[in-house]
Amino acid sequence: MTQNLISMVYLGSAVLFVLSLLGLNNPETARRGNFYGIFGMAIALVATLFAGHVTNWLMILGAVILGAVIGLFAAKKVKTTQLPELVALMHSLVGLAAVLVGLSSFLDQTKVLSGTEKTIHDLEVYIGILVGAVTFSGSLVAYGKLLGSISGSPLLLPARHWLNLIVVISIAVLGSQFLNAAHDQALIYLFAMVGLSLLLGIHMVMAIGGADMPVVVSMLNSYSGWAASATGFMLNNHLLIIVGALVGSSGAILSSIMCKAMNRKFLHVIAGGFGTDTKKSTTPSAAQPAGETTSISASETAELLFDAKSVMIIPGYGMAVAQAQHTVFEISQILSQQGVQVRYAIHPVAGRMPGHMNVLLAEAKVPYDQVFEMEEINDDFKNVDVAIIIGANDIVNPAALDDPSSPIAGMPVLEVWKAKTSIVMKRGMASGYAGVDNPLFYKDNNKMLFGDAKKMLDEVLQALKGKVS
Amino acid sequence: MIVGIAKEIFAGEKRVAATPETVEKIRKLGFQVHVESGAGLHASMTDEAFEKSGAQIVTDIYGSDVLLKVRAPTASEVEKMKAGSTILSFIWPAQNPDLLKLLQNKKINTIAMDSVPRISRAQKLDALSSMANIAGYRAVIEAAHHFGRFFTGQITAAGKVPPAQVFVIGAGVAGLSAIGTASSLGAIVKANDTRPEVADQVKSMGGSFVGVKVEESGSSQTGYAKIMSEEYQKAQALVFAKQIMDADIVITTALIPGKPAPKLITTEMVKSMKAGSVIVDLASEQGGNCELTAPGEVVQKHGVTVIGYTDLPSRLAKQSSQLYGTNLFRFLEELCPKKDGVIVHNMNDEVIRGATVTSLGEITWPAPVVAVSAQQAVPAAPASTKPPHTKKSETAEKPNVFVFAIAALALLLVGLYAPAIFVTQITVFILACLIGYMVVWNVTASLHTPLMSVTNAISSIIIVGALLQISSTDIWIQILSTVAVVLTSINLFGGFAVTQRMLNMFKKGS
Repeated sequence: MTQNLISMVYLGSAVLFVLSLLGLNNPETARRGNFYGIFGMAIALVATLFAGHVTNWLMILGAVILGAVIGLFAAKKVKTTQLPELVALMHSLVGLAAVLVGLSSFLDQTKVLSGTEKTIHDLEVYIGILVGAVTFSGSLVAYGKLLGSISGSPLLLPARHWLNLIVVISIAVLGSQFLNAAHDQALIYLFAMVGLSLLLGIHMVMAIGGADMPVVVSMLNSYSGWAASATGFMLNNHLLIIVGALVGSSGAILSSIMCKAMNRKFLHVIAGGFGTDTKKSTTPSAAQPAGETTSISASETAELLFDAKSVMIIPGYGMAVAQAQHTVFEISQILSQQGVQVRYAIHPVAGRMPGHMNVLLAEAKVPYDQVFEMEEINDDFKNVDVAIIIGANDIVNPAALDDPSSPIAGMPVLEVWKAKTSIVMKRGMASGYAGVDNPLFYKDNNKMLFGDAKKMLDEVLQALKGKVS
Repeated sequence: MIVGIAKEIFAGEKRVAATPETVEKIRKLGFQVHVESGAGLHASMTDEAFEKSGAQIVTDIYGSDVLLKVRAPTASEVEKMKAGSTILSFIWPAQNPDLLKLLQNKKINTIAMDSVPRISRAQKLDALSSMANIAGYRAVIEAAHHFGRFFTGQITAAGKVPPAQVFVIGAGVAGLSAIGTASSLGAIVKANDTRPEVADQVKSMGGSFVGVKVEESGSSQTGYAKIMSEEYQKAQALVFAKQIMDADIVITTALIPGKPAPKLITTEMVKSMKAGSVIVDLASEQGGNCELTAPGEVVQKHGVTVIGYTDLPSRLAKQSSQLYGTNLFRFLEELCPKKDGVIVHNMNDEVIRGATVTSLGEITWPAPVVAVSAQQAVPAAPASTKPPHTKKSETAEKPNVFVFAIAALALLLVGLYAPAIFVTQITVFILACLIGYMVVWNVTASLHTPLMSVTNAISSIIIVGALLQISSTDIWIQILSTVAVVLTSINLFGGFAVTQRMLNMFKKGS
């Protein structure tokens, strides 16, 4: 194949990738979008393989088959509640691959460059490996945090901002040494930089709290894209540049949406340490809500739901942990059959990755036209008889609106307290990730249903079934 | 403890303070339940039915620890009661000061179901609302019975029938219930209330709100209406005169707590009505809203039927008993939080405090005021959410000149010094970023997870880079590239597969 032909195939492939993202505008066209993506990937691979300089077929075949088996197996086995973990792990693979490809490119001395071209190419290699390494180690830590094997609370080293700064400066200094050194010498600088970048990635994600995980996961998504783009620059491959840019901007937009949903600045999230601002300690419990909570039993909950005309379900991470989405759906089905209007309201940062709740509900076969975003539905709570909150806390905290001294002040929240009755399902009175007490619990029209979400919902379901039959 | 259900001795009273269902629930709270023989007879509940639900049928009920009643006890009933026991009943403490004294002397703890504070937590205990709801419904049924025509308009072969015009005065629970009942029978319903904020509730029940155009609100802190100024009353009388003249049926529910009912309908107004019209006066027990009302009776005056029944809830005895019985059970539930059959009279609880009119030999009425009016409950909080928003939009409106300058400088430098190949690369890169930016903003929020996994899958395009290098002669490059191919393949296949799996789950409702 001629170089021009290959370029055109790559262009076609890039267009298909854009169409693939376009398809995600709507759940109905999304599946077609995914096929566009697969198709784009397939033609890009075929063009690359048959471009003329591939010789060791067996090795490629073996590697691809090995990867495919592992990948397909993981995709089949993963539970929807563990999707964030899987995605984080996959980001780390992209990061590592970018590091390896970058190293290979540096070791490859068949192309002899000189002058500015050499400098720029070396710089591209350096940056590509840097981004790849940060993505790799950062994603691994994120994976550990999501899995729970690393504590979700932020690790706050003293003077951590300075530490980051020192590492970044060292990487920059190493970079300038690297550019001027001879090949063998440069390789040592390169390895030193890889070590520092890995540390940087680890430290950065360690310092970010559990509630910020959606931001971190989408940020790493973005990084993996930039890593691919940087690889494209060093290999002078436009397809890699385009795809990397698409993925990079996609992740960046998701991060920004998540940050907006929490009313947080991106830089603050990255700098880490949620709710540890000095502001909080100066106004201790200024607006500590007081009062008593009213608890309610599962059968009373069933009664309330049964008598309601309009019910809103607000799922949170607690529902994911308890794997309760199927029970929720069964409850909503029974209610719908009784003529109760059942809807779901989703806060953008509910769960551990963007759109996590939507996937869980979809898995339980909840029709997506019953599922609403916060902005669509927030004004409608006054028409809701019962709002039931399953394992969520900060996203329904009225203090975000009422109390300017609250650490989550200004964060948009689901205004469940406007419903006639709200029921909060929780294990106990522990506060959410933000560590903020929730005045909602003490409101007159709020009831607490304490217990494991799955167990309690099962009881509610049984009570409802008893009423219907 | 023993909970006793008394047979009502008031003449014509058909209600009873419990039903077999509530008896069962009360027993679950740990109480023993005694029912006076024949208590539920007029509400279609036999002694056998009570027995079946676990109650003991007795002839003397007044020795119970807790007595449940509908009508306020008479002096002779109080005499028979056990000293130090508890009674839950309608009491009307404002109208019955002597009764309070008797109860006080007997050291009886009295819960007046008519004095439950009107706060949201106490809604399930609100017996007045339960009874008012029934009275409103029954008022329309009584009116329909005495009214000589259809409620709904009809066009038949035998001619056209206009719909009945119903005017409801006072849109409290009873008024709203009457509005709903009348409009569901097909009448055209108009309603008035001194509290302008109930206009929406009137609409929601199918009526239209007729306002009085004077700047004064009749809301009070307790959620009930208050007495209005003279000026307002004049304007109101004009509106009423006009509405009543047009109406076929007038239902009045205007009550002011602790005061005689306001006289809103004058004899003149009644004279102006069409012959055959009906007035139902739900306030007749407190003297009536109409000058011609005879409490407890139906009278014909100037061709208009004026219904002054004071026992409308009792005329729907089974329904009333069921709702009232449930209110009583809910109150017992509050009094017995441990469900161990023992009453804990917690005077720190605002609901229990509010309803308690005598306790431990003291008269504890009236209770301190608890504010509830819907209007005043609206917090001024939303204002505090505004500042961050306005700030944001300001920065969004002003393009940052600084950023533009830096971008222009960067482009200039690249153009001047970078090799041609890099210029093409950066062109492709920037344009691709823009496309990505625009495309991804359109992705619906519910598909953000699939978006991440599909972008993750396509970022394994790095495999192209590995494939380009894998055929190198350098063994190290071969190894590194092969490992990279394995890693990216995992991502490639896994990413697309998991995306597909997720997307297959999204389905639309039927």
